[in-house]
Amino acid sequence: MTKTTNPAHEVVAGNGLLHRRLFLTQGAAVVGGGLSLLAAQPVDAEPLAVPPWMKAPGTHMSAYGSPSKYEAATQRFVGGTPNVVGSGVSFTPHHKLHGTITPNSLHFERHHSGVPDIDPAAHKLLIHGAVRRSLTFTVDSLLRYPTVTRIQFLECAGNSGGNLSPMPPQAPCGMIHGLMSCSEWTGVPLALLLEEAGVEKGNEWVLAEGADAAAMSRSVPLKKLMDDAMIALYQNGERLRPENGYPMRLFLPGYEGNMNVKWLRRLKVVNAPTMTRDETSHYTDVLLNGKALILTYPMEVKSVITSPSTGLALKGAGVYEVTGLAWSGLGKIRRVEVSADGGKTWGQAALNEPVLSKSFTRFRMAWHWSGGPATLMSRAIDETGAVQPTRASFIVERGERQNYHNNSIQAWAVAASGEVSNVYA
Amino acid sequence: MSTRNECIGVFAVAVCAAAWPTLAGAQVGAPGLGQPVSVADAAAWDLSIQPDGTGLPAGSGTAATGAQLFATHCIACHGAGGVGQPNDKLVGGQGTLTQFQQVRTVGSYWPYATTIFDYIRRAMPFQAPESLTNDQVYALTAYLLAENGIIKAGDTMNAQTLPQVKMPNRDGFIMAYPKRADRGRR
Repeated sequence: MTKTTNPAHEVVAGNGLLHRRLFLTQGAAVVGGGLSLLAAQPVDAEPLAVPPWMKAPGTHMSAYGSPSKYEAATQRFVGGTPNVVGSGVSFTPHHKLHGTITPNSLHFERHHSGVPDIDPAAHKLLIHGAVRRSLTFTVDSLLRYPTVTRIQFLECAGNSGGNLSPMPPQAPCGMIHGLMSCSEWTGVPLALLLEEAGVEKGNEWVLAEGADAAAMSRSVPLKKLMDDAMIALYQNGERLRPENGYPMRLFLPGYEGNMNVKWLRRLKVVNAPTMTRDETSHYTDVLLNGKALILTYPMEVKSVITSPSTGLALKGAGVYEVTGLAWSGLGKIRRVEVSADGGKTWGQAALNEPVLSKSFTRFRMAWHWSGGPATLMSRAIDETGAVQPTRASFIVERGERQNYHNNSIQAWAVAASGEVSNVYA
Repeated sequence: MSTRNECIGVFAVAVCAAAWPTLAGAQVGAPGLGQPVSVADAAAWDLSIQPDGTGLPAGSGTAATGAQLFATHCIACHGAGGVGQPNDKLVGGQGTLTQFQQVRTVGSYWPYATTIFDYIRRAMPFQAPESLTNDQVYALTAYLLAENGIIKAGDTMNAQTLPQVKMPNRDGFIMAYPKRADRGRR
């Protein structure tokens, strides 16, 4: 057997990164056939027994399914704010998931005053302000409107904020980067409803307000609402979960999570941003000079390796699939590059199809781990040409302070033991 | 009717559905189910206050009344005098925004005084939002402004005076929209 004759095994970057052709054209069999350093020696002396679950019928059907009991540890990380029950966040455990669609039960949460228990028959959406006709819409009436369906991500502006602290947090990937999720959203194009109400010229802003106890509110440019915004009613095929805005939420593709107002009850057309608490005192980016960016809407190009990552130790030298997620609030992912030597050299990763705008894209890279120290990084480039920045370049403007909109590169160090840790590289 | 015509009809509907979100008229085929409401009825739901004061209700209050209300409704979360703990610090922190430990409070960071009224009325006290009268919200707003040294202790806050208050960090923000909305930080 010769390991070097197959061009797919070409090393494309330092410390063992292999050409993506390995995935694109030949499949996993090549990995096993051509690259595995582990000889297929029989190691199990036990006979292959017929398992007990093949010797009796299984359980009955269920009206609403749930994950295997063996996957009970795949849960959101729930955090909270002291003294105020219901205010806080929960994180999607991305290091335990694959693909690009986040299961509804694991979609991240950010609530400002708990999850309201809304009776859909008693809920209304009001559109008013600078419109020719103030209108209310019941949930049932919106369910009759023509729909649009898109697979798109939602990311909290505070996602990955921990990586701006002076010391890298030693936590699983999902606990650092889990304030983002991706779903298939179905709802009513907002342009239809705004046209029905008749927006009066000269008014370019809309105040959106939720029906939670905080009446959480944000200003949204009318241009965005008329472009690709929807009133989302369904998430991954089923009606929204309460923690994601049941019975209806605003969905603004690519814009920071907080603006996608849950439990939407009111849209008021106005002539200037309302400057609500959440768009002034929060979700603004203080720079080192003390000035702060305000109304910074799109979540910019970003990627993160979900495996290997902290807590997912490698078990011996050999070939591994490095995989993760890439996304951009400005469009499609054009390319993802992976480094195994701390950013000295980069190789191009394979992108799983379909590559959708303002959506998660799964990337994969074959890596031959020598068993020595390595630092894994991923760098995404979107269709506008924007390149994900390094952490060092990101903090030049902002410093190592808790902040929003951190889209800088994540680095994972792999020790000779196979243990993985979060490092700044 | 022929089967052929029915097929064409179904096809036409499907084409319309795909094009709906981008049609300039946007009403093609939309069912038009919005129920008209009067401006007065809509106003009953309207909580938001614009920075120019639009939306501020009648009523007024001063810091002295606000201090009493703060001790009753706010102190458990925000501490005596709004110094914070266990929840947000509301007073002080001016001059800290360039430091590593920024102290972002109503006084040091918030750009508009109208936001204080808006937020207290919609969301506070945390356990009983929308339970205070407009006079009480004005009084609490006056208290926080006075404690931060932004207005005098005796100043009355109402629909006329509140929008005139200039917050210390009013000019501390760089508007990122619309520049960043289309092409990001570059």
